[in-house]
Amino acid sequence: MTTRDFIVLTVCMGAVTYLPRMLPLVALSRRRLPSWFSEWLELIPAAILSALLAPTLFACAGPRSFCLGKAELLAAIPTLLCALRTRSLAGTVMVGMVCYWGLKQVM
Amino acid sequence: MKAGLGKDIRDGLVAAWPVCLGYLPIGLSLGVLAQKGGLAPWQIGLMSLMVFAGGSQFIAVAMIDGGASLAAIVSTTFMINLRHLLMSSALAVHFPGVSRRFLALFAYGVTDESFAVNMARFNQGGWNRRSALVLNQVTNATWFLSSVAGAYVGEFIPAGSLGIDYALTGMFICLLVFQLRGAIFVATALIAAFCSVLAYLWLPGNAYVIVASCLAATIGFALKRALRHRKLFA
Repeated sequence: MTTRDFIVLTVCMGAVTYLPRMLPLVALSRRRLPSWFSEWLELIPAAILSALLAPTLFACAGPRSFCLGKAELLAAIPTLLCALRTRSLAGTVMVGMVCYWGLKQVM
Repeated sequence: MKAGLGKDIRDGLVAAWPVCLGYLPIGLSLGVLAQKGGLAPWQIGLMSLMVFAGGSQFIAVAMIDGGASLAAIVSTTFMINLRHLLMSSALAVHFPGVSRRFLALFAYGVTDESFAVNMARFNQGGWNRRSALVLNQVTNATWFLSSVAGAYVGEFIPAGSLGIDYALTGMFICLLVFQLRGAIFVATALIAAFCSVLAYLWLPGNAYVIVASCLAATIGFALKRALRHRKLFA
């Protein structure tokens, strides 16, 4: 790939990544949203976070398959308990890292 | 005013650290892979600055190495990053009447991670758009620096050091807990997890994120409405 091609590629990649990030912010922030839409949007963060996490915890890559008992899932249990009890982001991240590291040593 | 600005910047920096910690190993490994795939450090840096989206950069590096066409790489990038459309929509309610210029700058730093931290902070209160912008920019700088550094030093760092690979997963778990502000949120999260795993198995790429979260939010919303009606007419 030539330097020119590479620059064209990154500019195009940047544009298609930037537009979905920018357009809703600009279009929606100046408008009063209908109540059903803002109620729906209110549920989106919990849904996205859960949707991002679930395959990390419950599925294996390679050929994609369902799997229980990954270190990621086992470490998530104390991490979740820590988050529920302490509600501390720093503490939870630390507990998660230590548990994951420990599990990786023994598994 | 000045003291206020200082505090906003400090708040943004403090909130950014788990994200930065999580980006470090990912950025480093992107740098290592990109360098092995024949990209120069400046090319990796340029891509991190222009795109700032981890998953799609990994795939782009692999596709470049495999000789894929420009159109194929760009359309894949678009599909992978389309989920930010939902995140920006959800963030918009926290920026009423804010200038277009500010939004254009802020939008550049909307990632899964900055979105999650900013939403949690806005919900907790005491968070403002300047801190949010600082968080976005600091995490971007970390991403840029770690991906470039990866091209130089990545190979000397053993994989999986100190469980750092789990930093972002741990952070997402905690931020999800912050989002669970009632039964309907818990139900939505459980439905999203279920749909996401199924969609992950059945759909190619990472369409699972957008499909599962839209579906779960819609079911959650319908549930909420149905329960409200029941209360009204009981």
